[in-house]
Amino acid sequence: MASGSQFAQGQARKGWLPLLVGLVVLAAVPALPVGQYPFHLIVLMLMWGGIGTAWSLMGRFGLVSLGHAGFIGIGMYTVGLLWNFAGLSPWIGMPLGMVAAVLAGVLIGYPSFRFQVVGHYFALVTLALGEVVRLSVVAARDTTGGSLGMSPARVPDTESWTALQFADKRYFFYLGLAFWAVVLALWLRIDRSKVRSALEAISEDEVAAASVGVHVTRTKLKVTLLSAALTALGGMLLGQYNMYISPEYAGIGISLQIVFASIVGGMYSLWGPTLGAALTLTLDESLRNAFGTRLVGASESIYGILLILFVIYMPNGIYGRLESWWRKRRRPAREVVRQPG
Amino acid sequence: MGFFDIYLLEAVLNGVLLGGVLGLLALGLNLIFGVIDVVWIAYAELVMAGMYVVYWLHAFGVPLVLAGAAAVVVVAIMGLAVHQFLIAPILNTPPINQLLATGGLLYFLQNFATVLFSTEFRNVGVHLPSLHLGDMSLSYARIIAFGVSIAGVAGLYWFLRKTFIGTAIRAVSQDRDVMVLMGVDTRKIYLVTSAIGGGLAGLAALLLSLQFDVHPFIGLQFGPITFIVCVLGGLGNMLGGFLASFIIGQIISIVGYAINQDFAYVIAFLLFILVMFWRPQGILRRRS
Repeated sequence: MASGSQFAQGQARKGWLPLLVGLVVLAAVPALPVGQYPFHLIVLMLMWGGIGTAWSLMGRFGLVSLGHAGFIGIGMYTVGLLWNFAGLSPWIGMPLGMVAAVLAGVLIGYPSFRFQVVGHYFALVTLALGEVVRLSVVAARDTTGGSLGMSPARVPDTESWTALQFADKRYFFYLGLAFWAVVLALWLRIDRSKVRSALEAISEDEVAAASVGVHVTRTKLKVTLLSAALTALGGMLLGQYNMYISPEYAGIGISLQIVFASIVGGMYSLWGPTLGAALTLTLDESLRNAFGTRLVGASESIYGILLILFVIYMPNGIYGRLESWWRKRRRPAREVVRQPG
Repeated sequence: MGFFDIYLLEAVLNGVLLGGVLGLLALGLNLIFGVIDVVWIAYAELVMAGMYVVYWLHAFGVPLVLAGAAAVVVVAIMGLAVHQFLIAPILNTPPINQLLATGGLLYFLQNFATVLFSTEFRNVGVHLPSLHLGDMSLSYARIIAFGVSIAGVAGLYWFLRKTFIGTAIRAVSQDRDVMVLMGVDTRKIYLVTSAIGGGLAGLAALLLSLQFDVHPFIGLQFGPITFIVCVLGGLGNMLGGFLASFIIGQIISIVGYAINQDFAYVIAFLLFILVMFWRPQGILRRRS
């Protein structure tokens, strides 16, 4: 699972057209007669789909982070605190939040990659990062409100670009769509670049990759920082959309949700993490509707079981499985040639 | 306040006692890592399950010690199941897969406990007095936990050194490929190890029940700290883990006394991250 090369083939050269088509189709959604509630879910799917894709920028190369929620927390609280206490618009807060997430990424990533902290050691280091963020927010409860979370101070207007607050969900739909499209476009760009080959080589054998001239630390750091910044951006959008932020967004629960959705959808494919986010949100909401509040935790229990089953039986995820099935049907002969050596 | 601060001494002693509990928590996880080379990220959730066993049996009138024994057995069986159904099928895939599979288990156990028992905080209702030494007050629950923890470490050490199966476990942890050639049934060794690891989690559950309320998310409270103790000591290095548990126990206790509890955990995690870079193999290097 750590080696992306077996799975990431195929889609690489021709991802742009489906992405553009997808973007156009999705842009038309607000014009369709979609109810408020499904529309709300679609907005969440775009934001979480973007975050999951940002995670898989690293995850697909074996850089499994269990602390991505930490970046969400950094972003959310940068924007929230600057807005509530300094009156700075989220338009200033968001770039600063991304810078803060990148700094955290450097602090964690550079030494990790420099000293070859890999595999589950890396996962545990990132887990500690998430905990540091979560506990710092809780510890600074006089300012942050601690585990109760906080809401951005509301402006009187129903729509304000300065405050990035809108009563109308359509604004957030388009913001979410733009975010999602940017993340997927960057995913594709990396997928087609030399960085990808370098990272695939690294994920298979770090020493061998270094010996043929791959700059291991720099290459790993590139995707890590990109992933951190994008994850923070997604988190900040979520915070503005929900009008609520809390330290739980930086906790291991959210980190695992991101990982889970990406794996179920397929972390080696462009569309996988988005599919995963859509599936998990749908599952979560339909179970909540079916059982109401009587069975709190039921949908998450099913998540857990599914995650186990997916890791064991379908590590490429649903989309990855569909993709390889489709390719086998269509071009069995060419596929053999395309396999990496 | 003079040069000698009695409350600081109290914090130090409490740190030692906390270190004992952390040491016991880390012990099972370390054993499993050292022998099977997997990280059970859901380890603290197994402890949570054990705490519910203790709570419910005790609530139905079973004496606490028997309830604890039952927890040891139940969680040991759970440990067997974890290995059999989660780890064994993917033992030869990249290690991160096993970590993720147990991540799914963590999620499942937490939320299934919510379904079964709701998020209510439950306490076994056994309140042990505190030991008063001068102005210091040390809770007996912690002292007992410390004592049992030391006994657990000693017992495991004896088991690994003096029994046949213990020797086999140590041999497998040194070279799992060669031991297969020597005719050792590694599958059996792994199952025994998982059961022991689970049993230790059950024992920890009994001791934690004396100090904490049980609720579905209690694993999050001490799970991450258990991992950093193990990694700090060098995953799989039991002596290192035990040493690290006292270092972390001191940090949490002293910083918690000087500033506050949440900040103490922040410091502990930051220290962990720094040590990972300084010595990725842990403070005591594992044999090379």
